[in-house]
Amino acid sequence: MNRFRQARNWEPLIFELGSKGRIGFLVPEPEDAAKKRVGSIDIPPEMKRTRDPELPELSEVEVVRHFTNLSQAAYGVDNGPVPLGSCTMKYNPRIAWEIAGDPRIVNLHPLQDERTVQGLLEILYELQKWLANITGMDTCILHPAAGAHGELAGVLTIRRYHEVKNQLDKKTDIIIPDSAHGTNPASAAMAGFRVIEIPSAEDGNIDMEALKSVVGESTAGLMITNPSTLGLFEEHILEIAELLHKHDAIIYYDGANLNGIMGYARPGDMGFDIAHLNIHKTFGAPHGGGGPGAGPICIKDRVVDSEKNIMLSDLAPGYRVVYDESTGLYRVKGPGEYSTGLLKAFFGNITPLIWGYVYILSMGPQGLRRVTEHAVLITNYFMKLMENVKGYNIPYGRGRFRKHEVVLSAQPMTDEVGVTAEDVAKGLLDAGFYAPTIYFPLIVKEALMTEFTETETPENVEKYAERLKEISKIAYSNPSEPKTWPRNTSVGRVDVLKANHPKHVTPTWRVHVRRMRGEIQ
Amino acid sequence: MKPLFVYWVVETRPHPWIPGSTEESLKKMLDVIGVKSITELFNDIPREVLLGEDEWNRLEIGVGRPLSEIEAKEIVDEKLAKNRVFNPPPFMGGGVYPHYVPPIVKYIISRGEFLTAYTPYQAEISQGLMQAIFEYQSMMAELLEMDIVNASMYDWSSSIAEAVLMAFRVRKGRRKILLPANMNPLHKRVVETYVKPHGLKLETIPYDRELGTVDVEALKSMIDNDTAAVYIQYPNFFGIVEDKAKAIGEIAHEKQALFITGVYPVALGILKPPGELDADIAVGEGQSLGLGMNYGGPHLGIFAIKYDMNLVRQMPGRIIGLTTTIDGGDKAFAMVWQAREQHIRREKATSNICTNEALMAVAAAVYMALLGRTGFRRLAELIYYRAHYAASRISEIGLRRVFKAEFFNEFPISFNEAGVKYSVIHEKLLEHGLHGGLYIGGYYPELGETALYAFTELHSVKAIDRLIEVLGKVIREVGR
Repeated sequence: MNRFRQARNWEPLIFELGSKGRIGFLVPEPEDAAKKRVGSIDIPPEMKRTRDPELPELSEVEVVRHFTNLSQAAYGVDNGPVPLGSCTMKYNPRIAWEIAGDPRIVNLHPLQDERTVQGLLEILYELQKWLANITGMDTCILHPAAGAHGELAGVLTIRRYHEVKNQLDKKTDIIIPDSAHGTNPASAAMAGFRVIEIPSAEDGNIDMEALKSVVGESTAGLMITNPSTLGLFEEHILEIAELLHKHDAIIYYDGANLNGIMGYARPGDMGFDIAHLNIHKTFGAPHGGGGPGAGPICIKDRVVDSEKNIMLSDLAPGYRVVYDESTGLYRVKGPGEYSTGLLKAFFGNITPLIWGYVYILSMGPQGLRRVTEHAVLITNYFMKLMENVKGYNIPYGRGRFRKHEVVLSAQPMTDEVGVTAEDVAKGLLDAGFYAPTIYFPLIVKEALMTEFTETETPENVEKYAERLKEISKIAYSNPSEPKTWPRNTSVGRVDVLKANHPKHVTPTWRVHVRRMRGEIQ
Repeated sequence: MKPLFVYWVVETRPHPWIPGSTEESLKKMLDVIGVKSITELFNDIPREVLLGEDEWNRLEIGVGRPLSEIEAKEIVDEKLAKNRVFNPPPFMGGGVYPHYVPPIVKYIISRGEFLTAYTPYQAEISQGLMQAIFEYQSMMAELLEMDIVNASMYDWSSSIAEAVLMAFRVRKGRRKILLPANMNPLHKRVVETYVKPHGLKLETIPYDRELGTVDVEALKSMIDNDTAAVYIQYPNFFGIVEDKAKAIGEIAHEKQALFITGVYPVALGILKPPGELDADIAVGEGQSLGLGMNYGGPHLGIFAIKYDMNLVRQMPGRIIGLTTTIDGGDKAFAMVWQAREQHIRREKATSNICTNEALMAVAAAVYMALLGRTGFRRLAELIYYRAHYAASRISEIGLRRVFKAEFFNEFPISFNEAGVKYSVIHEKLLEHGLHGGLYIGGYYPELGETALYAFTELHSVKAIDRLIEVLGKVIREVGR
């Protein structure tokens, strides 16, 4: 086992640091000319702040040390493997961070004259085109700020489609497999749809009989990811697409798992109408501890209303970059007459988009296909290493190769000695590895959904498998020990119940102080 | 850019971002799996959709071949040279402002432990990240004087939209929201998009044409028992301090409607915080707290509420809470109230948000820590002086502010009296190397040739003098 030890989390809260009167940043004095001319500050008394905010007072060095120390009690891909399934935690090439931080991008106001941002618009225009080619779609819109935001853009477009076709009153349902990400049903509900869940079959594909039994008049659309969260390619995809289209329903592709098929198959060729991509998964942008992301949507275009000449892509929300032949200028086109509208005020999340641009530019088609090949290779390598290991099994799709991820189950271990997927996760942390996604997908009990991506070394994957075997050994010889894990992380197991207890729950320092004063029970 | 369609390259060199791409690693893995080539692993893809290597490599993706870092950078550099960077920065706001970003902010968020981390699902190994986000929530709570702040939304506009949807859940059965005409018109479009599928009503409260403030009398006549919430923005889209903000909140509360306020956090150095106005929900844009304008993102959607379990249960987004380890020995952080979120509740969740703007929240935390207790007041005062200096000087060149009420750092300037289209002025300013304000006559046709000018700590008196000089010259040349 790795001799891992994370920095202890001894760093005090920032409110406990510093000293009265200290400042970390010098604000310039207003110029005399301004002071003389303006006189005093004349805010109406009803709106004048009378006390400074209760913020800490620190010098510059104290701020730097505080956050540097905090960073040492955090863990990212830069520290080691983060094989969270369906999260595609690949290495984030720093060349893109450098370019995205260029002042010629960072300092652009979103409402600045288009003629003064031609370089950026050209980049975004090309990115739209490249993503369309990668997905086999016609139009890509870079507007959504995250995967779930892209899903919302997609389901709102589905809604608009049925609205324009005057059939919204009967098109009320979105069908979603039980293996789907939680954002899928949540997005469908936000767009006002009813969610119909369908089961997966033993081979990991969608249960076709179940699907056929629910598709009908009321079906507005279907949201699926392919490969699925089980890491399995949906073999009936063409049949599914045909079935849905026969009922005038839209098929939506959740692009979270594109890393498993890029360069081998394209959503557009599989019959999907709308897809979202996660630039912060497939295209090398970092997750930033939870965001920012970028979740462009791509659309396979078709005529929705031939009289009014409305295309499916006209219904999508957001801005897009167009090239104006007559002036030779790139322009930003806002949502048109038939569009769903806007999902955020401005264009999109430029930093991750630039990251995606630099990534695709660097890889080229050959590189992207290779990315997928190695992502799939390392998944199957890991699966092989984990076959027939006591305590674990690999449910669904027996004998099938996986794509971007594989779902192990710790159920045998749980049933036999009471050691759970969570315990296994903590045992991995103790070896200096991040844990897989646990308890997901919901259809696998004690799930360990594992996705290494092509950027992991085979040696680390071997060590990871070794550690999983070691955990199993300990579980069977001393089942109470795993309950004491983790020990090598900055803190031991966190009290989540207390964190949520109505008498203790402390979402801010302010609540802590107010509770001490008896103002909050 | 012209891709090299003529031929495609077979790439066999090991790639720096793919450690397994050496011949040795490749062979080892294939042997263990028991296949001869990688392509066998894709055998389950139906032939009808399986792409040939040749077919794929001919697609226009990048320049059609892999590039080294050096080559890629050269290509991007060439494009970025076509962007124009203004010094002083554009005199432009409208919800996004050119502010100074202390280098420490970038330094901290560039640390790989933060930058390359996922959402902290494994708490014990992610405590530093969770503490940083908790501190963002906590410092933001002090600036706003609100109790609970979430870990972030996408931007200001999506925060308002989520606040509005939340208000409908909290005040179940009510079907109307009142939004002011003097809020950011782009924000309003976003709210419309979010609300539309639910068949709920948005009504617009007019503004006072002379003052630029919310028309309180109109509000009184519009609000009723069907109203779930009243939203105001301060400073409003015209930059004006809404001096009746507190009274508007009282009117909302009289009808048991929620009071939602949208803020520009830098202004809170001198303006009353939402908590003191008794707002139920406060939203805003955190871009001004150490983030670049980035042509519109990533920004930072602020979302805060007061401590009330009826609100908590309906709040969207992730929240980090302070707790201890199970043995009680250490302070620790955990995600709280997760039963509201999509990964647990699926279609019954309070929102579909998952990925948010966490790194931007950490940036804002660093920024707020640097400014500290007195920094916000000093910064807001500086900005106030600069903007009011500019307002005073424009009268010397025959221009006027459109509205009479007190403002913070931006104000619409009317060019109607000068008898010149704003586009002409804008063009002339560009010729002189300046980027002027935002034309708002499109959003508010009644204002005609009007542009919204904004000033921050990056617009010195010297820069403002130059703007006035050029504007004056242009007006003399092209005005009537």
